[in-house]
Amino acid sequence: MFVITCPHCCEAREEEEFHYEGEAFIARPVDPEAESDEAWGDYLFTKKNPKGWHWEMWNHATGCRKILVLKRNTANHIIAGSWTLSDARKEYDNERATA
Amino acid sequence: MSRINKPRIKHKHSRVNLSKPLNFTFDGKPYIGYQGDTLASALLANGIKVMARSFKYGRPRGIVGSWAEEPNCLVQIDMGAKTTPDLKATQVELYEGLVAGRTSGWPSLAFDLKSIGGHFSRFMPAGFYYKTFKWPAKFWPLYEHVIRKAAGYGASPIEADVETYDHKHHHTDVLVVGGGAAGLLAAQLSGQCGASVILLDDQSEMGGYLLSTPNTTIGGKNALEWRDSVITELQSLPNVQILTRTTAFGLHDMNMIQAVELLQDHLPHHQRNAIQRRERLHRIRANKVVLATGAFERPLVFGNNDVPGVMTVSALATYFNRYGVACGKHTLILTSNDSAYQAVADLAAGGVKVTLADVRDNINAEWDAHFKQLGIDVFTGFGISEVLGSNSVTGARLSKLHPTNPMENFEKDLLRRRVVNVRDISCDVIASSGGLSPTVHLFCHDGGRPTWSDESLAFVVSANGRANAGIYCVGAVTGEFQLQKGLEKTVQTTQEMLASLGKSATNTMALNTNEIAPNPTKAIFHIATSKKAFVDFQNDVAVTDIQLAVRENFKSIEHIKRYTALGFGTDQGKLSNVNGFAIAAEALGKTIPEVGTTTYRPAYTPVSFGALAGAHVAETFEPRRYTAMQASHEQFGAEYETVGNWMRPWYFPQNGEDMQAAVNRECLAARNGVAIMDASTLGKIDIQGKDVREFLNRVYSNSWSQLASGKCRYGLMLNEAGMVMDDGVTACITDTHFLMTTTTGGAANVLNWLEKWHQTEWTELEVYMTSVTDHWATASLVGPKSREVLAKLCSDIDLNKDAFKFMEWRDGTVAGVPARVFRISFSGELAYEINVDASYGNYVWQALMAAGKAFDITPYGTETMHVLRAEKGFIIVGQETDGSVTPLDLDMAWAVSLKKPFSFIGKRSLARSDTVRTDRKQLVGLLTEDPTIVLKEGAQIINSSNISPPVAMFGHVTSSYYSAFLGRSIALALVTDGFKRRENVESIFAYAEGKAIKAKIVSSVFVDAEGARHHG
Repeated sequence: MFVITCPHCCEAREEEEFHYEGEAFIARPVDPEAESDEAWGDYLFTKKNPKGWHWEMWNHATGCRKILVLKRNTANHIIAGSWTLSDARKEYDNERATA
Repeated sequence: MSRINKPRIKHKHSRVNLSKPLNFTFDGKPYIGYQGDTLASALLANGIKVMARSFKYGRPRGIVGSWAEEPNCLVQIDMGAKTTPDLKATQVELYEGLVAGRTSGWPSLAFDLKSIGGHFSRFMPAGFYYKTFKWPAKFWPLYEHVIRKAAGYGASPIEADVETYDHKHHHTDVLVVGGGAAGLLAAQLSGQCGASVILLDDQSEMGGYLLSTPNTTIGGKNALEWRDSVITELQSLPNVQILTRTTAFGLHDMNMIQAVELLQDHLPHHQRNAIQRRERLHRIRANKVVLATGAFERPLVFGNNDVPGVMTVSALATYFNRYGVACGKHTLILTSNDSAYQAVADLAAGGVKVTLADVRDNINAEWDAHFKQLGIDVFTGFGISEVLGSNSVTGARLSKLHPTNPMENFEKDLLRRRVVNVRDISCDVIASSGGLSPTVHLFCHDGGRPTWSDESLAFVVSANGRANAGIYCVGAVTGEFQLQKGLEKTVQTTQEMLASLGKSATNTMALNTNEIAPNPTKAIFHIATSKKAFVDFQNDVAVTDIQLAVRENFKSIEHIKRYTALGFGTDQGKLSNVNGFAIAAEALGKTIPEVGTTTYRPAYTPVSFGALAGAHVAETFEPRRYTAMQASHEQFGAEYETVGNWMRPWYFPQNGEDMQAAVNRECLAARNGVAIMDASTLGKIDIQGKDVREFLNRVYSNSWSQLASGKCRYGLMLNEAGMVMDDGVTACITDTHFLMTTTTGGAANVLNWLEKWHQTEWTELEVYMTSVTDHWATASLVGPKSREVLAKLCSDIDLNKDAFKFMEWRDGTVAGVPARVFRISFSGELAYEINVDASYGNYVWQALMAAGKAFDITPYGTETMHVLRAEKGFIIVGQETDGSVTPLDLDMAWAVSLKKPFSFIGKRSLARSDTVRTDRKQLVGLLTEDPTIVLKEGAQIINSSNISPPVAMFGHVTSSYYSAFLGRSIALALVTDGFKRRENVESIFAYAEGKAIKAKIVSSVFVDAEGARHHG
């Protein structure tokens, strides 16, 4: 029962307007054929699934239909923020650089 | 001071109107109560003591509490369709004509067969059922039937609910849960500074415990006057909404509170409004939540403490002060704290003979003087070792407590030393107080945990412990049990809360009270006894059960709870929790905070299914989608099936046909003449932009580079794991404009999927996707005569088979309506899919029916569609596939282009070691040896007719029908190494429902393998 702020609409809306789209920033390998079975399997099936902060994608499905990124704590459901994909990428990279 | 001689007393602060008598029945007998009574207070006023029988032992039970904490007196209200089981008599407001039944006691309340078992209760310890009825395992269903009957509470209604319910959504600055003194003050301060406020309380009127203690004063005003002045102000504020009879039962993420309001249950039936809702579910999204949920008093645990007439002090005071009911003529009160003293004084001043036993050795001097003046016998350092009486209290045995460890059995020691320290007191009601347990339930629902306070002797929540989440707590729930201090802290906490909203509040009310500063509460939870001492009345959990669980090595309180059933049922830790934890801690040799609490989960009190469902029932349970041709289908007698919310015609029975007869007729019409199907429900996505071809190349397994305008192609959509997720025909309208069709059920998912890839990975591609499913109505005209029918309505498209070929589309007019006609086929016959603006759908359908009349045109539904496609070996995604099937498993390598430059979604996975295995489960056809037998879908494929386990299974039947065209049954199956078995025409058995049917593995295409018909 989250309230999610859509960074595209700049509106806080009920969770039922959104559709979960999985972990964010899993890049598709540029040349899949060059990937080993193991590396490709990792891309397909291995997810972080942390207890704690998680960067994840949501689709504002009954709103603007755009993908956004949430940083959400899976243990207590606190949402640290929501961003467009490109803005979130900067936040995410900053966080990893300072960690 | 005059002694009282009957339970109902006149009392100036009583909330009961003695001039308005009400007739009601309980357990088949008539009684009289008054306006303002609860069922419990009215029964007590009628001198009823035994109101229930206990769960496990069938022991007689009476009222213990005065509200939601009541463990014993669950009643069944009303009869027939309106019956409600397991309401607490303490929460049922009395009305004229109320009919209440007992929910326990068989054959009657006066005599319960289980009570015979109760005499042998030492043979029924914790885990009795687990231990006794475990073997042999297959007898459990039999045991369960008998045990459930013996144990059961109220009866569920068996008729459909005739009442209606609804939901209301709120957004508010401040929600205050609880209308006691602290909640009222918090709401007032919030309302005064202009915040939008909802104040709710589960009782019929605001006030909380103030209603039970009218001799308390706040700011010099009597408690009820103070309450009235606050309510008057709240009612004058337009930004404040007050909800009574409304229970907040769940606190969810981000301050979403669910509360259920009882709108009509308190009214006599003739005053209820038939078009008004019975209950309303409020879903409140609050910026700030103020929990003023108060506390429940916990009883002390002592021998035979379940005899009817034993209750909590707060309940005794509530019945006396609020409802004007004296539960007995001679009351014995046992306490470990000063909160019981006001009740002692109120009762004694009201004419009840009171004896006070305090487990502590000293008593506050001010109170002591007061008690002396009232003529109250006081025993300090005493506890109750045993209640006397069986069906009702006749007295109690008081014994001197061990000076250092009051919970240790001291009696033998005393007897040995011949110390006379046991007193038998005669009395008809006993009330005990072991301190208060804050109602922390809501605070904990979304993950909060209470902390143990040695000072309050309770699990408490801090005033601003969850301020970062917008949750604040005021009053007794914080462990502040003194009214004045509680109110002062409420001001402080509310000001902090309002400051976080950018608002400021100033308290202008005097909050001084007439309380006497209390002495500390003594940490005592149970008193040593050789008799059965109950911790959880509702589940018949005694002290010895918890101790036994610990001896049997249950160490976590969560396990002890489940083994003993402590806090199960409607109790949910309201009355029994802390005593249970304390006794477990003692047995485990740990402190109470080390033991911790069990987990509090919604719902706080039971909620009806009706309230949760609201208006989402029957016709309005789920939206239904109908196509433009619905009126025609209705006229033609369609039976329907639901596909992705669509109501699709399933088959059209004529002249009393059964389904098989209708489907046979429809299939033969499509194969031999002409038939028509409504295909409007297929998902349609309009895709435009300069990069559409490239986009399609990436999301489909086949190639789209060469598809010319005017042509269509079938495509398989894979997920990244290489598994089939959707299929459909896509048409090239122009070089930058394509129309994609998807499966009916997959339409929304496919659009999400495409948009996700476009937005996350391929933002450089210029494509725009729009769902146009509802914009078009589609009629599939199918069969060898379909060209002739269409020709009658369409003159501007050259229908010659060489001019308009299979897998092409044309724009034109059909029946005078602009149409886009696709020559595609899901039946294997010559077929045209005629798409028109949905507004013309029914008109064009009827025109086609009229034009086809001479050819005996036959409408058909989804069942015939399935048979026709299965005869051709065409797959249905989700039937032949289940997320583990690749195109190669389906023998559809022709739909996979490995030459495309971009590695399409799923391509790499088709080369993984598992997907390249040649012995995967593969799609094949099955023909039964006996052509009249239609296999069961889902039947397991096995090697021989021997079905005694273990039997190796190597596949299953995915589709199975009777084919009227072939005059025999056909089936499709996914079979391990199926292609090789097909080559060898191996025989297998399909096993379902006890039968193994012999069949041979064949090609999955049963009709027209060379495709002559659809090219015709």
